[in-house]
Amino acid sequence: MEWIRQRLDKIKQPFQKGRKYEKFAPAINALDTFLFTPNHTTKKGAHIRDAVDLKRTMITVVLALVPALIFGMWNGGYQYYTQLGESFTFWDAIGHGALKIIPMIAVSYAVGLGIEFAFAIFRGHEVNEGYLVTGLLIPMIMPIDIPLWMVALSVVFAVLIGKEAFGGTGMNILNPALTARAFAFFAYPTYMSGNTVWVSNASEVDAVSGETILGKLAAGNEVGYSAMDMFNGVIPGSIAETSVICILAGALLLVLTKVGSWRIMLSAILGAAAMGLIFNALPSMGLEGNDLTNFPWYLHLVVGGLAFGIVFMATDPVSAAQTMKGKWIYGFLIGFFSIMIRVFNPAYPEGVMLAILLMNVFAPTIDHYVIEANVKRRKKRLEKANTQVETAV
Amino acid sequence: MSKDIRIKRGLTLRLEGEAEKELIKAPRSKTYAIKPPDFHTVVPKMVVKEGAKLLAGDEIFYSKYTDQIRFTTPVSGVLKEIKRGDKRRILEVIIEADPENVYRDFGKMDAAKADAKDVKERILESGCGAFIYQRPYDIVADPADTPKAIFISAATTAPLAADKGFIIKDKIEAFQEGINALRKLTPGKVHLCVDDSSAEYLKNIQGVELHHVKGPHPAGNVGIQIHKIDPINRGERVWTVGVEDVAIIGNVFLTGEYRAERTIAVTGSEAENRKYFQAIIGANVADFIGEVSDSVRIISGDVLTGTQLSNGQHICFHDNEVTMIPEGDNYRLFGWLPFTYNNIHSNSRTSLSWLFPNKKYTPTTNLNGEERALVVTGEMEEVLPMDVYPMQLIKACMAGNIEKMENLGIYEVAPEDFALVEYVNTSKLEIQEVIRLGLDLMITEVG
Repeated sequence: MEWIRQRLDKIKQPFQKGRKYEKFAPAINALDTFLFTPNHTTKKGAHIRDAVDLKRTMITVVLALVPALIFGMWNGGYQYYTQLGESFTFWDAIGHGALKIIPMIAVSYAVGLGIEFAFAIFRGHEVNEGYLVTGLLIPMIMPIDIPLWMVALSVVFAVLIGKEAFGGTGMNILNPALTARAFAFFAYPTYMSGNTVWVSNASEVDAVSGETILGKLAAGNEVGYSAMDMFNGVIPGSIAETSVICILAGALLLVLTKVGSWRIMLSAILGAAAMGLIFNALPSMGLEGNDLTNFPWYLHLVVGGLAFGIVFMATDPVSAAQTMKGKWIYGFLIGFFSIMIRVFNPAYPEGVMLAILLMNVFAPTIDHYVIEANVKRRKKRLEKANTQVETAV
Repeated sequence: MSKDIRIKRGLTLRLEGEAEKELIKAPRSKTYAIKPPDFHTVVPKMVVKEGAKLLAGDEIFYSKYTDQIRFTTPVSGVLKEIKRGDKRRILEVIIEADPENVYRDFGKMDAAKADAKDVKERILESGCGAFIYQRPYDIVADPADTPKAIFISAATTAPLAADKGFIIKDKIEAFQEGINALRKLTPGKVHLCVDDSSAEYLKNIQGVELHHVKGPHPAGNVGIQIHKIDPINRGERVWTVGVEDVAIIGNVFLTGEYRAERTIAVTGSEAENRKYFQAIIGANVADFIGEVSDSVRIISGDVLTGTQLSNGQHICFHDNEVTMIPEGDNYRLFGWLPFTYNNIHSNSRTSLSWLFPNKKYTPTTNLNGEERALVVTGEMEEVLPMDVYPMQLIKACMAGNIEKMENLGIYEVAPEDFALVEYVNTSKLEIQEVIRLGLDLMITEVG
């Protein structure tokens, strides 16, 4: 360790203040702090500080994503071999999925971190860790067959327009990963929806349907999966969205470490369940529903990207509501609108993406009204105090 | 009958190196100093020159813009040096002490029977005005104001802080006289907040509204208590006085002398002689701690709000403790990995330290990360037991948005209330400084 430290200090020499490569210091610092927590000591204010920092927080989210990612790789292979009718081992499946997914992750990190480093050097601030999570999320919510250049382009759009245009990490209004997906969704719809993109190489296989469950429901086709399949995740879909079990494992880590807000997760589930129940109740009110409205509300919770979205996307602290009460409202509306969009607009079966982006936009408004209540309380107290003073005089 | 105040949100930090409850007389320092920077916003105007002979209680400078606030010397001796910094700002007024204190005689006065005007004048001429602080802004109180109430916190919750019950237990008579004097300064109430330790000694104090405070830090902060008991509205003034300072004020009336006694607890994992010392305000820190290696940080005050000193400097005016902790200028390999380095305390659950709530920690001054933009939400509210939105207020302060700051409750907060917020902050921002700058802006813009 001493040896690495000494080497690093030597490498960093020309990047120090007043030296030749001073401008590029953020880049080398990012690499250094990835190895070592720096020796910075407190200068002003509290002399001691908590062990937590943003790197730790972000890495915890990355850890929480790992189960869903690994399952996604296996499921990618599983769906591929099943449609061909070939026999395969566990490692065959993982291998096939990994071959597709790891290049996507590599491209996402290379492009995204490249832009982040460039902006850090250009703006003279340190590289923020936010992209560690975003860069992993973006491939995980894409269809498995999406071309790498599309991943790269979506990343560029998300980081430049979704994040840096607003001032970088902590200032963005929309969740960057969902911005990337929305970009790909609207720019290249044929690669992002339909019934042949969800299983690898499905377009080359005739007569086998690789539709997602929501796709089937929207088209009025029969759903051939059991509720258990939907919960386990052995169904077609975006890479990491299918397995509710793995997503729950990640959610557990996020909630236990308090990195992800349980308020948002819980209220989003409540919101989705409420909307699902309303749709389920339509027949009893004499209205004829369709396959989507009649799809049981509890199954609505486990299919599609809803679980993944509310655990990993809705809880992004930057784009979510920031106040406690705000988080309840924000989460509930995400769940509510997800199911609503899913049912009313079968062209966008991924309602959760649009619902989260929509609520991202409204999160500051929600917070504004929550805080306004606090301000009003304070003003009321002032009025009361003033009348007391006046009567005393 | 005392009223209970229960605080739920907060964080009591258990640190290694508590001071033993044994009071010993501190050796008399060669020099004592009054440091004008200890009194935020006070611009000192000297009334004596270097070489002047002084009695304890003689005026050395006054506040230029509120000239009724006078500052007096805690010891008798010769004014040795006026240390100045940039733009000739006075940093320290150093007095070389006589072997024994000779006091200036202000004359005895029965505070309970005396006229309010005389009481106020006596407090000001003896230099005790420096003990009386005002909220909002947490600055020395302007004697021209009339506060709606006076608050005294005798509750100790800050990490490794000197126990206020222990400090005051032998000074009850002077404390009562101090209360008698303070009662004359406000038409409202004098609120005294006690914890389990100080309740034992202060439960029979007359003329106060007694509150029993329970809960984690910052429950002992007077700002939190004001917020719970009688929150400050725009335009209102509340005064606060330290526990031991009340006794000093009381002694001025009882004896006619300015006896600036200060109990100093020497604490922290790196301190050797961890005891309580009976000392005088402005004493030299070296007399308490001896030789200290460079890898130790000496703090006048507690670890959350104190001021860094180098050995040989003088202890700050209001501080009751000298805390010594190791400097943390070392690197940690892969320090960002969650669930590693669990020997460093964390309020976040990304460390396993939360599984051991009773473990005592030895913190260093390492920042444990780097400064970042504000990303994580909800962590600040956990340690600020106020009906205030901390993150929004901090952002308003950064932006200098006066209306927003006012709406979000800037009048109710002081930097020390945000010390824990600063401690737990993932983005490692200097939040106490942000709040201080916000308050300064309010002083210049609103007054």
